[in-house]
Amino acid sequence: MDSSPVITPTGTFTAQPAVLSLSRRIAAKLRGAPLISLGILSLLVFTAVFADVLAPHNPEVGNLRLRYRPPAWETRGSSEYILGTDHMGRDVLSRIIYGSRISLVVAVAAVIVAGAIGTALGIISGYLGGWVDQVLMRITDTWLALPPLMLAILLAAVLRPSKWNIVIILGLLYWTRYARVIRGEVLSLKERDYVRLAIVAGCSRLKIMWTHLLPNIANSAVVLMTLQIGVVIITEATLSFLGVGVAPPEPAWGLMASEGKAGLMTGYWWLSVFPCLCIMLAVLAASALGDWFRVWSDPQLRQM
Amino acid sequence: MAQPVLELKQLQTYFFSAQGTRIVKAVDGVSFTLNEGGTLGIVGESGSGKTVTSMSILRLLPPAARIVGGEIWFQGENLLTKSEAEMRDLRGSQLTMILQDPMMSLNPLFTIGEQIAEPLRIHRRMRGTGLLERIKELLRGVRIPSPEVRLREYPHQMSGGMRQRIVGAIGISCEPRLLIADEPTTSLDVTIQAQYLNLLKDIQKQSRLAMIFITHNIGIVAKMCDDVGVMYAGKLVERAPVRTIFNQPAHPYTEALLHAVPSLTDRSPRLWSIEGQPPDLANPPAGCPFNPRCPKAEDRCRREVPPEFQVGENHYTRCWLWEGR
Amino acid sequence: MSDNLVEIRDLKKHFPVTKGLIFQETIGLVKAVDGVSYAIGAGETVGLVGESGCGKTTTMKMILMLEKPTSGSIIFRGQDIQGLAGKDLKAYRKGVQAVFQDPYSSLNPRMRVGDIIAEPLAVNEAFSRAQLKERVQALLSLVGLRPGAADLFPHEFSGGQRQRIAIARSLSLNPSLIILDEPVSALDVSIRAQIMNLLQDLQEQFSVSYLLIAHDLAAVLHLSTTIAVMYLGKIVELATSEQLRTQPLHPYAQALFSAALPSHPDEQREEIIITGEIPSPLNPPSGCRFHPRCPFAKPVCSEVEPVLKQVETGHQVACHLFTDTD
Repeated sequence: MDSSPVITPTGTFTAQPAVLSLSRRIAAKLRGAPLISLGILSLLVFTAVFADVLAPHNPEVGNLRLRYRPPAWETRGSSEYILGTDHMGRDVLSRIIYGSRISLVVAVAAVIVAGAIGTALGIISGYLGGWVDQVLMRITDTWLALPPLMLAILLAAVLRPSKWNIVIILGLLYWTRYARVIRGEVLSLKERDYVRLAIVAGCSRLKIMWTHLLPNIANSAVVLMTLQIGVVIITEATLSFLGVGVAPPEPAWGLMASEGKAGLMTGYWWLSVFPCLCIMLAVLAASALGDWFRVWSDPQLRQM
Repeated sequence: MAQPVLELKQLQTYFFSAQGTRIVKAVDGVSFTLNEGGTLGIVGESGSGKTVTSMSILRLLPPAARIVGGEIWFQGENLLTKSEAEMRDLRGSQLTMILQDPMMSLNPLFTIGEQIAEPLRIHRRMRGTGLLERIKELLRGVRIPSPEVRLREYPHQMSGGMRQRIVGAIGISCEPRLLIADEPTTSLDVTIQAQYLNLLKDIQKQSRLAMIFITHNIGIVAKMCDDVGVMYAGKLVERAPVRTIFNQPAHPYTEALLHAVPSLTDRSPRLWSIEGQPPDLANPPAGCPFNPRCPKAEDRCRREVPPEFQVGENHYTRCWLWEGR
Repeated sequence: MSDNLVEIRDLKKHFPVTKGLIFQETIGLVKAVDGVSYAIGAGETVGLVGESGCGKTTTMKMILMLEKPTSGSIIFRGQDIQGLAGKDLKAYRKGVQAVFQDPYSSLNPRMRVGDIIAEPLAVNEAFSRAQLKERVQALLSLVGLRPGAADLFPHEFSGGQRQRIAIARSLSLNPSLIILDEPVSALDVSIRAQIMNLLQDLQEQFSVSYLLIAHDLAAVLHLSTTIAVMYLGKIVELATSEQLRTQPLHPYAQALFSAALPSHPDEQREEIIITGEIPSPLNPPSGCRFHPRCPFAKPVCSEVEPVLKQVETGHQVACHLFTDTD
């Protein structure tokens, strides 16, 4: 479309039919969506859900006689183990497929835990104000000042290494950002007329926070969550890499990269490289999608 | 007869949705004339197209809008044939605008002096002492005391009324031929509004400036304007000199509007209200856009869009009731 | 006076201006409301009119218990509302409701209209869902909206319709007093008349009292029985609508009339030009607060603050021009 504001008139203007087919409407709504990212994440979800069907071999039990087989396209590789095998003879591809389940479940669960804690504290702090606000914000600041990885390692040392403990730990690491952002929004929301009218109607403070504030900041909270998924995936991988994350023999990508570390020096590159590639793709896709979602969900930003 | 300062002929500005499924005919065939030193009031409610009209004249439309027809003659030149660079030369110098909210019109990070200086630097290439003197003169002209002090201050240090006067000073700084004021007093208190309107009237008398007032408030029109245009759903449904509009309104909408406003002197216990809502411009009703709400609507009104009929001297209306009189 | 629904007695609200981050010291007081008294009778409309900084909004907030008065009292049905708690507070909330200016922020965008209207009922009464639904339908038809509106969201309605929803909600508890804060100033002109007529009809039907806060003098004159003209936290004139319309006494009230826009180009009105800006409530002028801008100021006006004195029944003015100190 040309940029000048004037069109030379060429007759009457008729609008195109207002009722578009469903597919065109969906296409219009999703215009600008990062399709590659969507594709990658869809693939991730797909493999996570159908891991049992897709994985050619058992990810946890290996054949020691077949250890350190390279990927299929190299010599000594076989098409039965497309991406090769690791030091225990386990199929790398199967482990990656099952690993996607771990990464996905842990990331989503952790983000939800962090979001729930942070949003709740943000709403309470922002709405109640006063000393409650001061105390909660000082706690948030202190928490933010702690080095996250060290905190994670400390917590992991205290708790047994397991998937769900990782979720709790990650949740505890990342709630602070939500608290700050949500509190800021609540500070402006609570001046809105409908909140004042709710007070006039006699609503309790809890009811106001639940019915009037929460639904109106839900959008921001969800946007924050999508933006954080990438970070959480990396942190989980890091923790697993450091040995304080998911416990062996469960196949987590970070753990696989760690176990394959020694192999990098001796030429068994496929043990670490493939899991790292997956981490990278998942994080890039999640971040790109989060960015797009942030703009898409805010009608004002969308116009730009 | 001197050439009019501004002449609009059948201006049409439409908004196009991204997929091309919705066309909003925001301005649909508006024509009027404004002479030097005259004041025109464009009255309408939200969605009437009055602001889009003024933005079309200045060619400051959002990306979704296009001028699809008509002509805009400013001092004998068709603005629609001008390039963006030529329009930039005109805006701020010959053709200026003041808006409703002074806090949005003034940049909070620059001093008053710098903001008044901007158009003078760009259009008149003024510098140094000459520029400083002109700024002080302008501030005095809008009745701001102690201009030497004020020009170093920032917008947030001043009251709403003063800010709006500064916006006015910026507007008239390059001695424009036409000033468009879009709801300039809506955000001001009543007594400040009165001062401000008196100021604009005085400025106009001194400089033969032509003004267009865009407002929903007929009181402003009664006080300030020589001629009036009433807009509804993108069309100019009536235009006439101001006394004619108040004494002999021809269009039912104009009549209803005049009676819907409580007056200080008239003690009617109940106001005339116009039932219904302004129309959805993406799906306007067939025929005359006012017909669903018009107490005098006839069958023809529901089918055909009325053209402009002459009612009296300089008095025109778009209403089938006035056909052939 | 004791059979009035609401009595405001010498109400004051001073906001401290503080300096310092940790140890805050008070360096000044914004005297937003500085000694205001009037009464609201059953079934009548009291209008508060004035410009920015006059204190009308702060007064309203205190009556709604959104702010605590610094001193003075608000008596509702013979009971001082300060310190009300529990059941008594609930009864007060049921008796006093409000409609605010901006129809676009008065309704929670995430709630359905039916829930918005029913909320005061749901909070204060133990109605069943069916009863609530019935009541909502009745309220919707009272304000001229279709019954199907209850299932829709606010963004599907125009400004005027949203204001009707807000009015329906305010009526749900059958209050005795509804505070209307600039109820029509954000609406289109043709819609204003609809809403003003609706408010009048509802008042006739339910004998509800209104406290109308507005800056548009003509609208206030049209709807109110009694009017209080406020300036910088004080009432300068208190009169019936008829008295104020025919004979505004205080120079500020006269200036408001003079400054109001004409309703006809030939309308001649006495030009009372008041100069200058509205002063800040942080540092109000000494004596009569209006004296720096008053065209009739006398020496005493800058020294002694005038008090409200009755000039005739129902008409009070706070101005040295009308006291017999000459």
